[in-house]
This record gives sequence, structure tokens and C-alpha cells, in this order.
Amino acid sequence: MLWTTILLALREIKRNVMRSFLTILGIVIGVGAVITLVTIGGGATAQVQQQIASMGSNVLIVTPGKRLGPGQSSNTPLFKVSDAEAILRQVTSIAAVAPVSSQSIQAVLGNENWSTSVTGSDNEFFRVTNRSIRTGRQFSDSELRGGAAVCIVGETVCKKLFGGQASLGGNIRLEKLSCQVIGILEAKGQNTMGMDQDDIVVIPLRTYQRRISGNQDVARFQISVQQGASTEKAQQDIRLLMRERRHLSPSDDDNFNVMDMKEIANMLTGTTQLLTALLSAVAAVSLLVGGIGIMNIMLVSVTERTREIGIRLAIGALESEVLMQFLVEAVVLSSLGGLIGIVAALAGSVWLASVLRVPFVLNAGIVVIAFLFSAAVGVIFGYFPALKAARLDPIEALRYE
Amino acid sequence: MSMMAINHTDNPPLIELQGVTKVYGTGQAAMHALRGIDLRIDEGEFVAVMGPSGSGKSTCMNILGCLDTPTGGAYHFKGIEVGKLTRTQRTRLRRFYLGFVFQGYNLLNRTSALENVELPLIYRRVPASVRRARALKTLETVGLTGWESHTPSELSGGQQQRVAIARAIVTEPAVLFADEPTGNLDTARSREIMDLLSGLNQDPGITIVMVTHEQDMAAYAKRIVHFLDGLVALDKQNGRAT
Repeated sequence: MLWTTILLALREIKRNVMRSFLTILGIVIGVGAVITLVTIGGGATAQVQQQIASMGSNVLIVTPGKRLGPGQSSNTPLFKVSDAEAILRQVTSIAAVAPVSSQSIQAVLGNENWSTSVTGSDNEFFRVTNRSIRTGRQFSDSELRGGAAVCIVGETVCKKLFGGQASLGGNIRLEKLSCQVIGILEAKGQNTMGMDQDDIVVIPLRTYQRRISGNQDVARFQISVQQGASTEKAQQDIRLLMRERRHLSPSDDDNFNVMDMKEIANMLTGTTQLLTALLSAVAAVSLLVGGIGIMNIMLVSVTERTREIGIRLAIGALESEVLMQFLVEAVVLSSLGGLIGIVAALAGSVWLASVLRVPFVLNAGIVVIAFLFSAAVGVIFGYFPALKAARLDPIEALRYE
Repeated sequence: MSMMAINHTDNPPLIELQGVTKVYGTGQAAMHALRGIDLRIDEGEFVAVMGPSGSGKSTCMNILGCLDTPTGGAYHFKGIEVGKLTRTQRTRLRRFYLGFVFQGYNLLNRTSALENVELPLIYRRVPASVRRARALKTLETVGLTGWESHTPSELSGGQQQRVAIARAIVTEPAVLFADEPTGNLDTARSREIMDLLSGLNQDPGITIVMVTHEQDMAAYAKRIVHFLDGLVALDKQNGRAT
């Protein structure tokens, strides 16, 4: 009997293909949007987690200034190379400290030019940021000490300037500095904030200080904590040491900041997940709107088919059978919307994932939930019109023109 | 069927109305459609119900067809008091014992003749194969072999009414109620329908209660009941007054 009712519902839907399609469009969009958002959001979260793993273990970043955000005084003293040496010497759980300064500079090679991030640091930079040299070599001690005009370039810069053909020994120009390319970094992709980590030129810190910034300051330290050591403990030790070196009295606030990269990354993961949840909730509202659309059309359908309902009731259809007929029709409609939505969402997610360059992580749970939800929308919003049909007086219904 | 009824005289009559009244509305606006009807119809009868508009014949038909309940008095169908049944119980009564033919045919649009005839069997949970066979056989009875797959819009009025009659009798009902079955048809088509009904009354002996306002059509019946102002004015057997 249920199968007969479903077939009847399908036939009724087929009779008004255009109207049926427009009716379920809301459900299609709702289901499609929820699944797409959750899939892309899941991909983004997976990507962030992947990046946390690739970022290298236990990375701390020390920056001058009170904390992230506005309200920083401009006369905060910057760091010196000696601060980095002191940290490495006095904080026992530290594995490596890389003093880092960077700024955006136009790199030029022949007719090609490309604005990139020029970073001054030493070989510890590669260790702390968990990067390796694909071709060429690291800086030599004499190059670091003497501030030689040499550089190691990232994949993106390599592509933009050399057109993909890695050529060691060539010279690129950074403002007034012409430096020889001695190495090319292994590609690393985007970082947690979506920045291209391969859009980089690394030069010795001394070269940077002499030829680019023109002072002895260091913008930040990137520090990696020893495997198995407590990051919190290291963070605390660095803080105390830096307070001492910067001559802060106990009543003063820190005029520098020690951040754990993992904390930032976790915060970003949390933000991504929250955003996904919020957007999905907004999308779910359109499921509700879609349900109202179904109720509207079912009410119209009941009115249009008053005579048919009268015939069925007179012939011996029970109230419950008429109710079932219209309820099944509403559920078949909304489920059909759900199915189309799922197919659209899968196609859309695969496409969006490739465009946004996030991994395609399909959450089977959300597909099942979205489908059940669409069917539930049919039950909830189809019930009232179905009840209206079942409650019709057969005599009145048969007289209806 | 009719033979059995005669042999068992202690059986309750098929249809018995006792002082049945029907009032629509209340107070000043109350409309007394039926003012006390006493009527008994036995199995095998072919009754024509006549009367002017507003005489209460349609109201009476609705009550007889278990589509409506009386305000006062009692309606016994096979000894069951219909007025005391719930809506669902009355529906079951219609499903298993009654057949309906309407003036406007009332077939399902865009649905084939065969499927229209199958409809009441679906509600009786008759298995699909049996259903099909019975519907085909009944369509043959009403002379529509070869028209099974046509939809109502592809059939003439007379053919549509034949489908409606097939739908009403496919369940082998105890009573067939026909409300002005020839009202929309020309004389020739009307006579064909009346011949068909008359034949069904003789074999397999279906009890027929038919509303009509045409004397010619009423002549096919074995008994004629005249309604006037909510009362039975005249009840006569095939031309002979009682």
C-alpha cells in the first residue's frame, strides 16, 4: 500500500514537473549549501591541522611590543642579535633561535620583476620553520659573518623570475642590492593565514641590516623548543630573560610578546570551525524556507484536487489514507529536493575545493543528516495540508467546482 | 442475492429509515431538509427517487450513502444504526457495501479508465493482479472493452458514465447509489445507461437507488418514491400507486 502511495505521489509530481521543481528549489539550495559549507569548512580545518603538523614542532615567536593588536607604543625598543644569543645560551630547553627581519621588496631579474618578502636571517631559520633546500646550499659561516650578497629563493619567486627554470649562480636585484642565488627552497604551500610561504627570498641577516634596513635591529625571533620539552616552560623562561635584558621593573608590563604558534593555529582552527557552523546554520534556515514553499504548494494542490479527494473519500478512502497520500507526496517532494541537493553539493564541493585549494573532505554524516532533515521538512510542512485534505467533507468536496 | 433475502425474512431489511429528519443550521436560520422520512428498501430493488429541487431527495441520498448522518430518527443499514457510527466506520461501510455513480461522472482526471475502475479495489487491499483482472472484466460488463487505457478526457460522456458505473460495481456492492446518472447525457445515451443499470439490477441483482427528475428514466425502476418538502409524498411500485 505504501509503495502504491509512493508511485501515486511520483506520478502527481511528474504531472507538474516545473512546479514541483520550483517547489523543491528551496530544499535543493538548503541541502546543497549545508553540505557544501560543511565539506569546504572541513577541508579548511583539515588543511590548518595539516599545516600545524608541518610547521615544525613547538615553535615560539618573540616580537617587540605589548601584544598583538592596537595600542602599541612606537618607542618600544627592538631586538638585537645579542638577545637571540642570550636566549639560546640561557634557556636550556631551546633547540634553535632564528633572528628574523623582513620586508616587502621588488625583486628584479632582467625584464621580470616580482614583489616578494625579503627575509634576513641565518641557517637556523630553515631549521625553525621546518624547511629544506631543494637545490643549492645553505649560507656559509663566512657569508653570514661578512654580510655577503647571496640569497636563497622560494619556489614562487623562482617561478616568477626564472620562469620555473631554477638557475643557481644567477644574480637578482633587491633594490640596490644585487645578490647571487645559491639555493632554492623546497615548496611549502600556503600557511595557516593563507599566505604563500614560497613567496620569499632569504638573505643573511647581516646583509639585510647593512644593505636594506640600515640598522642593527631584529624584528622578531623564531624559536624552536627541544623535542619533549615543555613549551609553556620555555615561553615563561624567555619572558623572564627578556624582561631582565630590557630592564623592566616588576610593575612594568611586558614590552614584547612570546607567542606559541600552535596556540595561534588552534585559534585559527577554532575560528574556521565556528565560521563553518555559523554559515551552515544560515544555510539551514533556507531549508526551513524551502519547507514553507512545500507547504504552500501542497495547500494549493489540496484545493486544486478537492474533487479528487471527495471521490476518494466517497469510494471508501479513510481519512488516514488520504492524509497518508498527501503526506507521502510532500515527503517524496522534499526528499527529491534533498537528493538533488546532495548531488549538487558533491559536484559543487569538488569544484570549490579545487578552486580554493583545500582538500576535499567528505563528511558522510552530514550528507545523511541533510537528507533525513529534508525528509523531515516534508513531514512537518506536509502534515497541515494533508490534514486539511483528510478532513474534507466528501459531500462538499464532490460539489466543489 | 435477492433470492436469499426472500428466504430469510427474519433478516433485517437492507435499508430502513425511521422518522429521519435533517436540519441544517440552528435557530431562525434552521433549514429543515428532511421532516421525518420512513422508508424501507430491500435487496434486489430498483428504486427511483423523484422530486423537485429542495424536496430533500439529495439530502436523503447522502444519508442513505452514509456520507451524512441524520439529525433525528434512525437509519439502519443491514441492521446497523449508521447515525451511531464514527466517520471512519461509515467510510468502511461505504468501502465494503456501497457504490456511487454521480451526475458529473467524477472520474479521476488524467487517469486511465482501467485505473479509475481499480481505485476502490486499491482501498480494499485487493492484490494488484486480481485487481487488474476484475477491473478488466467489469469494463467488459459495461461495454468498454478496448477503451481501458483512455483517460476521461478522451471518452464521451456516455463512456465516462460507463466507467463510473464500472467503478461503482467492481466491488460487488450491496447497494448502488446513482445521483442523476443521466443528467448530463442526451436521450439516446441516457437510455443506454438506463438499460445498463436495469440489466445490472436483474443480473447480478444489484440493489439500485437512483435519483432522477426525468419521468422517462424513472420508468426503468421497479419502484418510484416521490419527495416533497422533506417528506415522502408518494411511494408506488412500477406505475401502480400503493
